[in-house]
Amino acid sequence: MSNHYYNADDLAKFGNIAEYQKDMGDKFFSYYGDVFKDSHLTAKEKSLIALAVAHAVQCPYCIDAYSSDAYEKGYSEQQMMEAVHVAAAIKGGAVLVHGVQMMNKVKEIGM
Amino acid sequence: MKSLKVLQHHLADSHNQLAVLEDEGLHKHAPFKDKLVAMGEFPLRATGVEIFQVNVGKMCNQVCKHCHVDAGPDRKEIMTKDTMRLCLDVLAGSDVKTVDLTGGAPEMNPDFRWFVTEIRKLDKHIIGRCNLTIIMANKKFHDLPEFFRQNDIEVVSSLPSFTRDRTDRQRGDGVFEDSIRALQLLNAVGYGEPGSGLLLNLVYNPAGAFLPPSQQALEREYKDELFKNFGIRFNNLFAITNMPISRYLDYLLISGNYDKYMEKLISAFNPAAVRNVMCRNTISVSWDGFMYDCDFNQMLDLPVSTVGSHHLKNFDLEALNSRNIVLKQHCYGCTAGAGSSCGGTVAG
Repeated sequence: MSNHYYNADDLAKFGNIAEYQKDMGDKFFSYYGDVFKDSHLTAKEKSLIALAVAHAVQCPYCIDAYSSDAYEKGYSEQQMMEAVHVAAAIKGGAVLVHGVQMMNKVKEIGM
Repeated sequence: MKSLKVLQHHLADSHNQLAVLEDEGLHKHAPFKDKLVAMGEFPLRATGVEIFQVNVGKMCNQVCKHCHVDAGPDRKEIMTKDTMRLCLDVLAGSDVKTVDLTGGAPEMNPDFRWFVTEIRKLDKHIIGRCNLTIIMANKKFHDLPEFFRQNDIEVVSSLPSFTRDRTDRQRGDGVFEDSIRALQLLNAVGYGEPGSGLLLNLVYNPAGAFLPPSQQALEREYKDELFKNFGIRFNNLFAITNMPISRYLDYLLISGNYDKYMEKLISAFNPAAVRNVMCRNTISVSWDGFMYDCDFNQMLDLPVSTVGSHHLKNFDLEALNSRNIVLKQHCYGCTAGAGSSCGGTVAG
């Protein structure tokens, strides 16, 4: 066991999760493969969405994988940073929109 | 920017490149040969000589960061007319279908046009690897599109991106703008236009330490973007993997990407690509008339394995047709993912 929770080398071992539950693991990877194929959205568009989501869920493995993938598929540095800003705006907005709930409560109990 | 050779860089020596690639210590990677043994394809044999690729010289008007030839304006190695005559003698006595002219910028060879017209007399299909900017480099090259058209040359040109930024980063400032102008001139004489029969193919190669994405998806995107932004049409896009040799090897080592890149190539090893690698039906000829399995082996000074037939003067078609291909670690570059060749991917 390494002495830290995240290890860059573990990204390459992602496929190993099927070792402990083969059926579910195989289904997941089959589904995962289908999701990222060219379809109504291109594989390139999906890569940029994945990059934004990776930042929103703050998964270092996913950020590593999709920073490479999006760049390899031809997105520029500016486009990739804008995608991160989209994630940031949604995350920030999600916090702030709860401010309405706070305001509702304060108005309810205040004189 | 100068060539590695003029800089007297240690990687200008092919022995030093091979020492890195074949390193059993610090940079140890699974031997390419073992992969072929495991799939019963060792030794890898040629299937014939269909493509005769001639490197007419290392002189080029550009100094690209990834160039496996280490080409540039300071390279003086140029094929002479006598060596061209040897090529023509060999071609006349063979059923080679295609002659692939490369460099450097092949058009900078003073005898390039003579050589092309002589090859055409032999009724061979000619591929001309034109870097595009040469057309704009000097007034004497402005008529190249018309010369290509007259000789029915299939033009294959590098354009690593449909954006200025990535193209110029790899190939030098101003290359994108000149390339676009040159493509428009090629279109103007009919290249890439539907029904013209004049083939204009573009080459993509990654501007960094990564593998090419899907050739099919890239081609679609290139066609849309180049037509929308510049009115440019072309036929096919070839996605080519960068070989870990020469200047690209230098870049990989300096940027700390060498081992990761090799691992990427190795983990993407595709047995289906092995069966279609270009060395099996190609002979690569150097500016001084020596023969190699491919342009990469040529740059690594790894001649064909045929005993007594290393030079055009001793051309032995029978021996070459069934020769064993010379393999080293850089060969992983042609077998990764969808595979790679001078004509793009080789496996679906």
